Amino acid sequence: MPAELPTVDSAERVAVAATLAPDAGAAPSASGGRPGRAARDWRGPLLAAPYFVHLAVFFGYPLVFALVLVFHRWDLVTPMEWVGLGNLARLVADDLFARAMLNTGLFLLIHIPLQIVVALFFAELLNKRLPGQGFFRAIYFLPVVVSGVVVTILFAQLFAFDSGYVNRVLVALGGERVPWLVSPAWAMPAIALVATWKNVGLYVLLFLAGLQNIPAPLYEAAEVEGASRWQTWWLVTLPLLNPHMVTVVVLSTIGGFSLFVEPYVLTGGGPLNSTLSGLLYIYNQAFTFNHMGYAATLGLAFALLILVVVLVQRRVVEAEAT
Amino acid sequence: MRGRLPRLLAQAALVAGAVVFAYPFVWMALATLKPEAEISALNPLPSRWTAESYRLVFETIPLGRAFWNSVLVTGLVTTLALVFGSVTAYALARLSWRGREAAFALILFTMMVPFLVLLIPLYTLVVGFGWTDSYAGLVVPFMMNATAVLILRQHFLSLPQGLIDAARIDGAGEVRILFQIVWPLSVPALVTAGIIVFIGSWNEVLWPLLVVRDEAMMTMPQMVTLFAVGGGAESRLGPQLAAALLLALPVILAYAAFQRRFVESLATTGLKG
Repeated sequence: MPAELPTVDSAERVAVAATLAPDAGAAPSASGGRPGRAARDWRGPLLAAPYFVHLAVFFGYPLVFALVLVFHRWDLVTPMEWVGLGNLARLVADDLFARAMLNTGLFLLIHIPLQIVVALFFAELLNKRLPGQGFFRAIYFLPVVVSGVVVTILFAQLFAFDSGYVNRVLVALGGERVPWLVSPAWAMPAIALVATWKNVGLYVLLFLAGLQNIPAPLYEAAEVEGASRWQTWWLVTLPLLNPHMVTVVVLSTIGGFSLFVEPYVLTGGGPLNSTLSGLLYIYNQAFTFNHMGYAATLGLAFALLILVVVLVQRRVVEAEAT
Repeated sequence: MRGRLPRLLAQAALVAGAVVFAYPFVWMALATLKPEAEISALNPLPSRWTAESYRLVFETIPLGRAFWNSVLVTGLVTTLALVFGSVTAYALARLSWRGREAAFALILFTMMVPFLVLLIPLYTLVVGFGWTDSYAGLVVPFMMNATAVLILRQHFLSLPQGLIDAARIDGAGEVRILFQIVWPLSVPALVTAGIIVFIGSWNEVLWPLLVVRDEAMMTMPQMVTLFAVGGGAESRLGPQLAAALLLALPVILAYAAFQRRFVESLATTGLKG
């Protein structure tokens, strides 16, 4: 058969041929696709090659080089200098590293429960299928798509102490000004509030999907058993939302460790380092002090910490369900 | 819901939620059109409408240039991620070859390693290539996207094999099959993957802060951040908010046009913008 260009016409013919073929619409085998002719065997690796060359250079090499950097001091200009376990020793004694971990812990302690409660609340409301459901869903999701830079510049003004709009409203309502971003006690909670406001729309959708997947017979059975609405929610709904709960907790944790734009723009990590996050500290070490080796060590340390925290959280959250 | 009252309460709560999530954006848009002195006033409406804040933004920073840089970088990253992502996904989904499963597992593994680990060595690599202050430094490390591969692979798996077999009998090569037969049948998956890459790339601020120092090469989020933080705005709020609004506008417009697709795409992957 001549290797002519398959035009739109022939594509249509192909589609017709496909519907007539005996296996039309059949689900592909578990391994995906069907073993091609032996002659085609080289095509797969050839097509996948660009991706994996790129992966080797921009993922594999940095990953290995991160491990090399842990044992070196390097300012990018002078040659690398072997320091053995020097970076690790420094890490253990580093008050700012401890501070960043503590700050992240405080952030997560506020952010995760708040996010879960708010997201569950709006997911339940949307699940009632009241008029305008799609519109409300779209509005709640808006902060998720907008850049974190926009959100933080906006809240820098809303949360300003003297002239901020939030404090103006509080005073007008007879309340007192809150030192949102200027007091060490309030700054991290304020950032957790901003992060929750920005991300919660995503979790509303995750929980909503979870709620819609709960089979109706389970609720009917609960009603027959005479369970109150609250009991039903506590004993049927909540356990079945557990997988989504795990997702929310894990994603929020990773987000907490990678917090950057919010403290960078809102507080610069202050006041008194009270909002210094892991990523912001790495950024400062690398680009204010040119400590590439130590910054890479911090990156690995925070990544390992995320892993440990997430594994523990999964155990706890999943144990709650049983 | 059984009673009328709970229904009404629920509806009221939905409206209250919409106010909480939308009002700050409305307030911001109005504040950019006020005289500077009125921004912290309780009344969100300006007494006199003015574009002074926008004039100051364009007077102080080359935001048009940054917008063009962002369009170019995001456009390139998204296009390349879709083209190479499709080629890779096709090889993983529709061709059988030794090591295919291991290759797929490797891609999944790359998605599990936090970017925190790679940030510094990747930066030193890009410095080593001499790619600071260049489009290459902003585009090349991100031109392959594991999430895009994953989404496209799942979709390609669902296409009927007869379609591909028939094209092969017609003598079409694999690349031609991919772009002329598989692509037209994969528009929703391409849009989903495209939105995810586009949002991530357009909103990225940390990486450009590292690799770009030259103002002429800065991306829009980077320039707006430095304008707000670095004192370019001289602590005037109007221009800061105006610059932020200009940065948000393309995403908000895209979101308004493809709202349902956006929501579904980002919700399926759990990615944060």
